[in-house]
Amino acid sequence: MSAGRTDARISYIAFNTFREAVRDRVLYNLIAFALLLSGAAILVGEISIDIERLVVVNLGLTAVTIFGVVIAIFIGIGLVSKEIDKRTLYTVLSRPVRRWEFVVGKFFGLTGTLVVNTLFMAAGVLLALLYTAHKFEKMDLWVLVALYFIVLQFLIICALALFFSSFSTPLMSAVFTFALFIIGSLAEDLRGFARIAHGPGGLLATAIAYLVPNFSALNVISQVAHGDAVAGRLILYNSLYALLYSTMVISGAVLIFQRRNLK
Amino acid sequence: MSATRRINILTSAVFLFSMSGAVAMLYTIDHMERRAVAQQSLYINSPQVLRRLSLGYTGLLADIYWTRAVQYFGEQHHKGSGDFRLLAPLLEVTTELDPRLLPAYQFGANFLAPKPPAGAGLPGSALALMKYGIAHNPDQWRLYYNLGFLYYTELKDYAKAADAFMQGARLPNTNPFMPILAAQMAQHAGEFDTARMLWFTTYQSTKDTNIRENAVEHLQALRVDEDVTQLEQLVARYREKTNRIPANMGELEREGFIRGVPVDPKGHPYKLMADGRIEVQDPQNIFFITKGLPPGAKSPVPPPVHQPDTK
Repeated sequence: MSAGRTDARISYIAFNTFREAVRDRVLYNLIAFALLLSGAAILVGEISIDIERLVVVNLGLTAVTIFGVVIAIFIGIGLVSKEIDKRTLYTVLSRPVRRWEFVVGKFFGLTGTLVVNTLFMAAGVLLALLYTAHKFEKMDLWVLVALYFIVLQFLIICALALFFSSFSTPLMSAVFTFALFIIGSLAEDLRGFARIAHGPGGLLATAIAYLVPNFSALNVISQVAHGDAVAGRLILYNSLYALLYSTMVISGAVLIFQRRNLK
Repeated sequence: MSATRRINILTSAVFLFSMSGAVAMLYTIDHMERRAVAQQSLYINSPQVLRRLSLGYTGLLADIYWTRAVQYFGEQHHKGSGDFRLLAPLLEVTTELDPRLLPAYQFGANFLAPKPPAGAGLPGSALALMKYGIAHNPDQWRLYYNLGFLYYTELKDYAKAADAFMQGARLPNTNPFMPILAAQMAQHAGEFDTARMLWFTTYQSTKDTNIRENAVEHLQALRVDEDVTQLEQLVARYREKTNRIPANMGELEREGFIRGVPVDPKGHPYKLMADGRIEVQDPQNIFFITKGLPPGAKSPVPPPVHQPDTK
């Protein structure tokens, strides 16, 4: 490993994280995904009328999300604790690697794994669409936007899993991350409830509603399933939001990990 | 300054900057005009599927759906939209998840039945909702009251209204007004006194301030409608007697038709128009009135209701 450059060290940790995930057979989930999607595409064509595309998009994109969230949580929660248990962390940190570089490298490694996984699944969704409609249409472009939003969700979830992993046990990290995923998926309702609450309770509810991750704006699956366009501004704002939110969470993880006594 | 300290300060600054940026971005996304299908969609529109997915926590899910129904109605109402197509499914999901959630029937029927802009203009759906509620809560006199109210105000089916009040009156814990309402409805359905009694019962049987204010506004509107009707009858009698329309209220008073200048519930004197009609001075401030309005004016309705008290 090069001792001089920060980006080289981060890339090295990220690549190793990715390689480890592949070695752990994480990408095997793609087989289950392919079976699910092709089965659904064929079955719905047999038993229903005129909703094949809807089902492929809704089911396909929902499955991409769920598979990705599960992978992000179950790999993310062990990223730090596993290195401590196996004592490999001490080897890494005894080299000229700073703690923040370790956290950031792990984050990039995990998101890289998920991006590769999502690329394969996206290809599956597009193939299933081609199978049902026999051709691509212009509105299928919005499916790609929905997939991009799903990747943005993964950024946030990876950051959260890593954040909890930096100070908590794997089990508790999984619980916290999954809970935040559920809360974040209902974030619009949460902010709606906060708007109708008054007084100090209302202020507290508003603060919580704005600090929990917002996955609902990143979920445009039902919209694109109907072939509706996604506003360009929403793509921009969502991208910025996901970037800022994951940066915030990773900064938190770095701050905690910097102070953690690893002896 | 040590390297660790420098990293900590820098990371803290990044943390604060990204947190503020994320909140600001979320605020911007929240205030974007997005397509209705994205914002206003049912997560799942099958109550049976929802019931299974809720793992038995149907009460909480019903509360969430009921709150969504209230927010949806309030939002559409506030925007002045006549599109309430998700209201009936939201209420259906809510009540199927928790058939004993009484506010969903009582308020839901009030959202569904009145014509836009006051409501969704779906009296049929309101009726179905109330009947479903009564089938699952046959011991609740309020639901029979709401059903009778619906028949009376929206469907103008006085016989069925009387029947609903009568069924509610037979329940052990009924409101003392129910048998009176049933009798009144059977004999004097179209009269002001009947309507007044209905709204008075609404007022005295709820603690919700929005509903109470609404009842008070309806009672005031009834008073205006009744006053205007009576005053126009007096003007007609004056005209029969003198062969001309009185120039002002003072003439009616001098001839002994009225005692003093009559005022509306807001304290403003009624106006006698040149053609003999009676008008209120400030029609935009007395909601729900059907009489005393300038020619062609629509009956004013109040701004949207707040979230009702579901206790």
